[in-house]
Amino acid sequence: MEALLLSRWQFAITTIYHFFFVPLTLGLTLFVALLETCYVRTNNPAWKATSRKLVKFFGTIFLINFSLGVVTGIVQEFHFGMNWSEYARFMGDIFGAPLALEALTAFFLESTFLGIWMFGWDKLSEKAHCACIWIVALGSNLSAFWILVANSFMQHPVGFAIRNGRAEMTDFASLITNPYVVGEYSHAFFAGMTTAGFLVLAVSAWKYVHDHASRYAFTQTLKAGSVFAFVGIIGVMGSGHMHTQYLQQANPMKLSSMEALWETEDPAPFAIVADINQEAQRNDSELTVPGLFSFMLYNTPTGEVKGINNLQAEAVAKYGPGDYRPDVKAMFWTFRAMVGSAGLMMLTILITAFLAWKNKLAKCTCFLRILPFLMPLPFIANSSGWFVAEGGRQPWIVVGLQKTAAAVSPNLTGTDVFLTLSGFTVLYLVLIFAALYIAFRFINRTSVTTVAEGSDAK
Amino acid sequence: MTLNLVWFILIVVLFSGFFLLEGFDYGVGTLMPFLDKREEKRTEVIMSIAPVWDGNEVWMITAGGALFAAFPHVYSTMFSTFYLALFLMLVALILRGVAFELRGHKTDGNWQRIWDAAICFGSAVPAILWGVAVTNLLRGLPIDANMVYQGGFLDLLSVYSIVGGLTFFFVFAFHGAAFLTLRLTDHDLLESARSLGVRMGLLAVIFFVACLVLTYMETDLFLSTPAVIFMLITAVTFIVAWLRLRSGVAAGKSAFALSAVSIISVTVAFFLGLFPRLMVSSLNPEWSLTITNAASTPYTLHIMTIAAGCLVPVVLIYQAWSYWIFRKRITPEDAHKAH
Repeated sequence: MEALLLSRWQFAITTIYHFFFVPLTLGLTLFVALLETCYVRTNNPAWKATSRKLVKFFGTIFLINFSLGVVTGIVQEFHFGMNWSEYARFMGDIFGAPLALEALTAFFLESTFLGIWMFGWDKLSEKAHCACIWIVALGSNLSAFWILVANSFMQHPVGFAIRNGRAEMTDFASLITNPYVVGEYSHAFFAGMTTAGFLVLAVSAWKYVHDHASRYAFTQTLKAGSVFAFVGIIGVMGSGHMHTQYLQQANPMKLSSMEALWETEDPAPFAIVADINQEAQRNDSELTVPGLFSFMLYNTPTGEVKGINNLQAEAVAKYGPGDYRPDVKAMFWTFRAMVGSAGLMMLTILITAFLAWKNKLAKCTCFLRILPFLMPLPFIANSSGWFVAEGGRQPWIVVGLQKTAAAVSPNLTGTDVFLTLSGFTVLYLVLIFAALYIAFRFINRTSVTTVAEGSDAK
Repeated sequence: MTLNLVWFILIVVLFSGFFLLEGFDYGVGTLMPFLDKREEKRTEVIMSIAPVWDGNEVWMITAGGALFAAFPHVYSTMFSTFYLALFLMLVALILRGVAFELRGHKTDGNWQRIWDAAICFGSAVPAILWGVAVTNLLRGLPIDANMVYQGGFLDLLSVYSIVGGLTFFFVFAFHGAAFLTLRLTDHDLLESARSLGVRMGLLAVIFFVACLVLTYMETDLFLSTPAVIFMLITAVTFIVAWLRLRSGVAAGKSAFALSAVSIISVTVAFFLGLFPRLMVSSLNPEWSLTITNAASTPYTLHIMTIAAGCLVPVVLIYQAWSYWIFRKRITPEDAHKAH
């Protein structure tokens, strides 16, 4: 029991930590690839020199982030066998395939071409070098796709049969075309763009204010970054909305937990805030907008939405006695943390876009001074988003097929997992501080001047 | 030939590639602090593997992923059995990977020395742990009828497994030294890599012989004639590799090629000794995990065979291309530019 609880903590901490870096990798490869494409294509010598330095500047930030993403990714792959061997046994016939395909199609591509990109500036033609970063971007996205194929099966199993005491794959095509993948992948992709775009804005604002020699360069990235981040945030909101509507069929328990809707209602209200009482299975008090929840799902203010208590009764009838409710309070508030951060980001991005494109940056440096301190927003949104996704399928590890409690490695003791949990946590903390220290130091010390000579980005 | 056999062979290929490529990365990382005290010289050493180490590490990740996809019971049992050992390995690999990135960002002595230590630790520990794992797998582990390990971390340590761990450590150190003789230009650095490599190689030969004797006493590997043949190939090629490196830096190419052959052949010998098992139960031979009872369904194996058949050649081509791009030896100016 102790090993189970600690294993869950260990997996959660590793996943959240890993997911600090993954969206940034997804988005920043794309941003750097676009920037390098500008560098290759431009005929303007001043912008050519500047954009090359900018590629190296954001490339360096990307590489620091990437190194942490890679090493924690290995932990993820090992964890399924180390802590969740009964899961790996039960699910291996299905889950192993996308993981192996991720390594074969994505990890090799990413690591090999990133190595070439990092050290190949003088060894390749401009175009070939630029192609390398595009290949890295492709690799990152393939990696995200395969792991979300695997995750989508856990959320919404398809293309399988239960035989020989395990889940066996019967249809690979339906595994990769699982509608759940569409929602998760598009949401993660645009979240990556938003995170990277926001980072570009925060760093550029900081440089704009504190490093006058670099103003021209970072005015450009404030313009480009605000467009990039805007596409991201629109995409993340749109895909999130579509995916939530889809949850109504795919995983209604998760959906109603996100909104703390205990009883089936038509039309269903949307709770802005609620005092949730998980034991009594109700909200002690709440502030609601009538019909809004139905409207969000059906695009009209009417329509039935099933409540947690009714879904619980259905689950008992289907799977036998047990508690099939996730932690509603945590679901409700993390969902709001995610949506709230997204709203604030949207506002920030719009203001930045306005200032940058209307050439009003110099007049509003006080806004640019605040912007870097909003950098936690995308990370709050990403982490709480994953919490909603993974917390919402509890108590299942694979919805309807295996419970989390049945998945843990039977040979582990609480002491084993306690040791590794403490070890990983301390290591993660030390490394994030080391990486942030280096990143801040690099950003502060590196100027991106417009003259062809001058201090180089690396 | 059944798909199970195809995947057994593919696992052998992946582990061979992993030990061959990461072998010299581990070796280079382990030896780096002992080759020169000066940080800019150490940078030269690191630059010899900097563009490729991450791609090499993917061989291990792919081998793990392939085990998961093709033999999920082996993946489950092996990773949970080696729980604390793998934790140590992960800590080492995390430190090493981050160190490669962070070390170069600040040139003040202490900062680089800290990460040098992390690279050395992060390279040496996995090398030792793989040796411990391999010897334990050959000897057998207390695995019950439900494929669950019935021991703890300390049960993984024995004279045999420690000798195995040190053998891997010295072999990889030698392999890394041989690789460095192909990649550097600085005369002093080349010479110190060679002389340290020769000393590591001698220890590797001694420990390898001890390991063979213990393998004979503790395992059933010698019952398989093909495995014995590959063990002999390993012994001969490694000793010749050692003699070549001893003769001088100029013979580095053949020394590296021969140590590469010996690493591949020892991997093949190991798997031949296990075949058709992948994990041996010391409690009851019936409870061993084999390529039949631990495998995925024919359907999954079929899909994965098509995918691997298409993808592995492509990966080999572009990885070879990346080695071609970085074929020029590292000069002191290269390291200077990186600073």
